[in-house]
Amino acid sequence: MTDVSNHHVPDRLTTPLQRTLRSWESLLLAVAVAIFLLNTFASPYFLNAWNLSDATFNFTEKAMIAFAMALVIISGEIDLSVASIIALVSTAMGAAAEVGVGTPGIVLIGLGVGLACGAFNGALVTGLGLPSIVVTIGTMSLFRGISYIVLGDQAYMNYPDSFAWFGQGYVFWVITVELVFFLAFAVIYGVLLHKTNFGRAVYSIGNNPVGAMFSGIRVKRVKFILFLLTGLMAAVASVCLTSRLGSTRPSIAFGMELEVVTMVVLGGVNILGGSGSIPGVVIAAFVMGLVTFGLGLLNVPGIVMSIFIGLLLIGVIALPRLWNQFRQARR
Amino acid sequence: MSIFRKALTTATIAATMVAGTAQADDMRIALVVKALGIGFFEAAAKGAEEAAEELGGVEIIYTGPTDTTAEGQIEVINSLIAQQVDAIAVSANDTDALVPTLQKAMKRGITVISWDSGVAEEGRQLHLNPSSNPLIGNMIIKLAADHLPDGGDVAVLSATTTSTNQNIWIEEMTKVLPNYPGINVVATVYGDDLADKSYREATGLMQTHPDLKAIIAPTSVGIVAAAQAVVDADKVGQVNVTGLGLPSEMAGAIESGASKSFAIWNPIDLGYSATMLAHSLASGAAEAAPGAEIPMGRMGTLTLDENTNGAMADPFVYDSSNIDEFKSIF
Repeated sequence: MTDVSNHHVPDRLTTPLQRTLRSWESLLLAVAVAIFLLNTFASPYFLNAWNLSDATFNFTEKAMIAFAMALVIISGEIDLSVASIIALVSTAMGAAAEVGVGTPGIVLIGLGVGLACGAFNGALVTGLGLPSIVVTIGTMSLFRGISYIVLGDQAYMNYPDSFAWFGQGYVFWVITVELVFFLAFAVIYGVLLHKTNFGRAVYSIGNNPVGAMFSGIRVKRVKFILFLLTGLMAAVASVCLTSRLGSTRPSIAFGMELEVVTMVVLGGVNILGGSGSIPGVVIAAFVMGLVTFGLGLLNVPGIVMSIFIGLLLIGVIALPRLWNQFRQARR
Repeated sequence: MSIFRKALTTATIAATMVAGTAQADDMRIALVVKALGIGFFEAAAKGAEEAAEELGGVEIIYTGPTDTTAEGQIEVINSLIAQQVDAIAVSANDTDALVPTLQKAMKRGITVISWDSGVAEEGRQLHLNPSSNPLIGNMIIKLAADHLPDGGDVAVLSATTTSTNQNIWIEEMTKVLPNYPGINVVATVYGDDLADKSYREATGLMQTHPDLKAIIAPTSVGIVAAAQAVVDADKVGQVNVTGLGLPSEMAGAIESGASKSFAIWNPIDLGYSATMLAHSLASGAAEAAPGAEIPMGRMGTLTLDENTNGAMADPFVYDSSNIDEFKSIF
């Protein structure tokens, strides 16, 4: 009879280090570092604190929405109306500024409109049980349509000087207000998704909504809150973007929803729901920002840039699968 | 704030020093357009290259976003600021939204002018209009009226509701409308500068207004789509398509008779003049101030008004007599 106590039984089949190294986030981080190095060699203007600071504007606003969008997509839903919420929020803030409301009031009105848009989406999805992709394609036209009706070919531009702080201000040296917002929200959403009961509920709903319901998770309420959050984050992005542009036109942020979804998917979030992480989205934001800025410095035409982002997305998603197939074939 | 100012000043000084050394090689002038892949702007880039050759020691960076958004243009301009180019000449997608970014460019010692589609006064040193708005507004209605001695119903097919240029021209056209008795403008529709939408809007106009005599499209995309719609509806000879278009794209419409005449300034001249002006300002040979007269090579001189706007030339009419000569140029 063998002594059972002599058998070494491991706690895990892979060590945490191995898992980290094999994770999506490490792959993305490697891509980000590679792009950073390539950019440094490709252009003499890349490694400059002010230039890099300017470059962060390429992704900060989109990334703030991407955090909330990641949670929505992990829960198995999607919100395609975010860019239109930006337009409607911006229009509401512009109208408020026009009648002389101060900066705090403008921001509060903006956040309120964003929450209302999110609540509208959430109510249609959870209350009536409609598919979110249909609902938000509808509200995508609805929200921007209202902006077009209000503004037509006009623009709001009477924002108070202090309003410029959000999109044009610096906290210190080259660190912009938007970058600080981006980092703060990264931490907030990281904690919310990875360290709270709410976050675990989001994962379980994405994996199996019926199972989640039988486990005592209030599925509809969680989903409603997620749509509120995307509405709120779209409003925050709208405050930043409007402040950066110093004006509102109904065409503001046109087409941004697809860039946000691209960022989320590139960040390793499963488009079908159930898995993904905030650190992944953060790195994806940097990757997209670095690629567009680096190619911009080389004066690469925008259409080539879109092709590059598309190839990057397909490449980063396909590589791990190809690698797995390759390893299995060799066994 | 003072720390920020100090840092900014240091950056500006550093930028000017680097720009100073860069000038020893070539002066880099960036021609930023609304979107790449538009015939009009490709022609303007040709003109810019012509000016660069004439001046010598000038490198032209021809760039722009993929779609006509202000956000896309801001990303492009940010990367140009980072490259410390000497001058930016921009045709803006949005009058106001580019202002903060362009002000940043000027703070860092870059010459900024707008051309074709303007930027608000505080965001550039001067604006080069291809022509004057009242002249264009008058020209587009005159083109329609010339072929309607007895008057009739006409409609406008514009670009987007937010297009700066088109809105001003339509406004100017409305002002001079009383000079053309018998001409009624029955509708203004928007094709968003998309070929398919413009085509549908033009078809819709002919259906809702059966007595329509002319479609005025002050956009190079809309006019071609409208001419095609007239041909497809078998209304050549009944409905005359006119407005602003490119000779190369309109040659077919002139041939088929769907369009009797149209007008445009020469985009080659426009890109040429913009480059000449940017060079004059960036090299310090001229200063942009109200009333200033700045030379622009073979195009004469540009006189700035009190808002530092200047008009290059009158729009030019193209018809069957001269279309063959110009269609191969742009």
